[in-house]
Amino acid sequence: MSHAVNIPLAVTADDIKDSTWINILIFALFVGVTLVVVLRASRNNKTAADYYAAGRSFSGGQNGTAIAGDYLSAASFLGICGAIAINGYDGFLYSIGFLVAWLVALLLVAELLRNTGKFTMADVLSFRLRQRPVRIAAAITTLAVCFFYLLAQMAGAGALVSLLIGIDSRLGQSVVITVVGALMILYVLVGGMKGTTWVQIIKAVLLIAGAFIMTVWVLALHGFNLSELLGSAVETAGNPNLLNPGLQYGVSEASKLDFISLALALVLGTAALPHVLMRFYTVPTAREARRSVVWAIWLIGAFYLFTLVLGYGAAALIGPEAIKTAPGGVNSAAPLLAFALGGPVLLGLISAVAFATILAVVAGLTITAAASFAHDIYANVVRKGQVDSAGEVKVARRTVVVIGVVSILGGIGAQGQNVAFLVALAFAVAASANLPTIVYSLFWKRFTTQGAVWSMYGGLTAAIVLIAFSPVVSGKETSMIPGADFAIFGLNNPGIISIPLAFFLGWLGTVLDKNREDASKQAEMEVRSLTGVGAEKAVDH
Amino acid sequence: MGNDPNPDAGTAAAVDFQAVQSSPEFTELRKRHRSFVFPMAVAFLLWYFAYVLLADYAHDFMSTKLWGNINVGLVLGLLQFVSTFAITTWYVRYANKKLDPIATDIRHSLEDEGVGLPEETK
Repeated sequence: MSHAVNIPLAVTADDIKDSTWINILIFALFVGVTLVVVLRASRNNKTAADYYAAGRSFSGGQNGTAIAGDYLSAASFLGICGAIAINGYDGFLYSIGFLVAWLVALLLVAELLRNTGKFTMADVLSFRLRQRPVRIAAAITTLAVCFFYLLAQMAGAGALVSLLIGIDSRLGQSVVITVVGALMILYVLVGGMKGTTWVQIIKAVLLIAGAFIMTVWVLALHGFNLSELLGSAVETAGNPNLLNPGLQYGVSEASKLDFISLALALVLGTAALPHVLMRFYTVPTAREARRSVVWAIWLIGAFYLFTLVLGYGAAALIGPEAIKTAPGGVNSAAPLLAFALGGPVLLGLISAVAFATILAVVAGLTITAAASFAHDIYANVVRKGQVDSAGEVKVARRTVVVIGVVSILGGIGAQGQNVAFLVALAFAVAASANLPTIVYSLFWKRFTTQGAVWSMYGGLTAAIVLIAFSPVVSGKETSMIPGADFAIFGLNNPGIISIPLAFFLGWLGTVLDKNREDASKQAEMEVRSLTGVGAEKAVDH
Repeated sequence: MGNDPNPDAGTAAAVDFQAVQSSPEFTELRKRHRSFVFPMAVAFLLWYFAYVLLADYAHDFMSTKLWGNINVGLVLGLLQFVSTFAITTWYVRYANKKLDPIATDIRHSLEDEGVGLPEETK
């Protein structure tokens, strides 16, 4: 243990339980405030554009903050702080991929997508190709990504509860998952995209402000000297390699390759996550979409710089061994650090922010999945466009309830399972099933329906099949099914195979396609995407 | 949409988008857009994967101490942040100066010809 700083270091699980009522109070306050905001925001939810795209009324700054709120999940906050505290440099390495990925969104996707589509990713992908097959494929990959991500978040909520408010029983955790799910249904049902966006904005401000305060605090304890902080982390951990790469990803040749695969999925998957893409429709113009990404990049970048300090701060003040043995393991680094710094009040604040984080992320995923089902599958495929926007919104609202109930049940069922890999899988599916088709349809004139369908289904299938035969599902003690062993694919992340494969299939499907797509549609899409002509304008109520 | 500023603008059928696509103004806009975003995307991806490969396979180099406890790996990692922020700022300035004016001109002239909202707008 380090004696460099004079604060109480012995944080026990009992201390955390003592602050339970503060956690619950602060969280209840968050729910109360956001509910009022959601109710106020929901008064103008009439048309599909109101419900799915908040009437395109948000500014770039607001939307950028909401994007940060949508993107910085509990896994980013608790997971990355913990990864840096325990694995040192490799945790930092992991966080960088999440930031750099935004350049793909900024340069290649955000504005063009805002100009071309209306509500969903499928709007863009099916713009100049044959509607039915492409829309169905895009809706399926959207729902798959949302489902994997949602399940991971809901199962994570249970684990977070046992860590933060000391409810260890299965029943208690199930109750909390149900409460989180019910709140999410309420927010999305009543507030639509407008309500969801405000929840994400409030959460992003709280999360980034909380992380900022802790960062300044940790730095102040070390004389605002990063080198001194790193030195004291090494001293407490008793391991100089904490500052060097390799602790996590360098253990074997397979783990090195696995990290490259993960990095590919992160950097190419972010700009193809359907819930991120849908956020670009909430602003009135492409210029505001650009501004959104700029805001998101600065906020997310600042946040990951804070986690660098917080992670090493937790290593210095608490120590990797104490973190590993605490309830919640890796994820307990940030809460333990909050307690060590500011006692029960700061712990309560940070815990409430972590809950708010889950709530905001699941709300964003739910509205995306509901929009995709109602707009792509119901309105455009089942009803072939013969439905008015009120009918479409009605179906979207019902879908929200169904998705909410399914994710509550899934979250309860997945309790105690190791489902953290689902987040990485969501990125891998987005990068393999969505990104190639997004890029090809925006930039490759010759691209055809067959190419899109091959690429999307091929990428989706490859990612899921490779995960099923990977060590995260079977063959190791930490696997989802530890008893069996059918892990014939040696990596945890499928991206290194599935992403190039999906790009290849998109090309192959196109060059083998005897049909040519409508050249005037391609011209229209290209002109619209670059000029914004005909893009929907903001509605003033 | 109930309150569209231009509810009767109709579909885009009246405008020949292929003619617009091959017009010199639009060709220039596309050239300016692609000549910035493609090289930049390739550059930042190469720089990011160079960093990932170094962190993955060149442990000794990345662990070289520079000042105090600050090593090469940390500096290169922080430079990833710097380059991301820099490319963002650079692109925004480029887009504001070189892309937006032409895009706005083309959009206005198309809107004058009667191009309204996309067909699927309700």
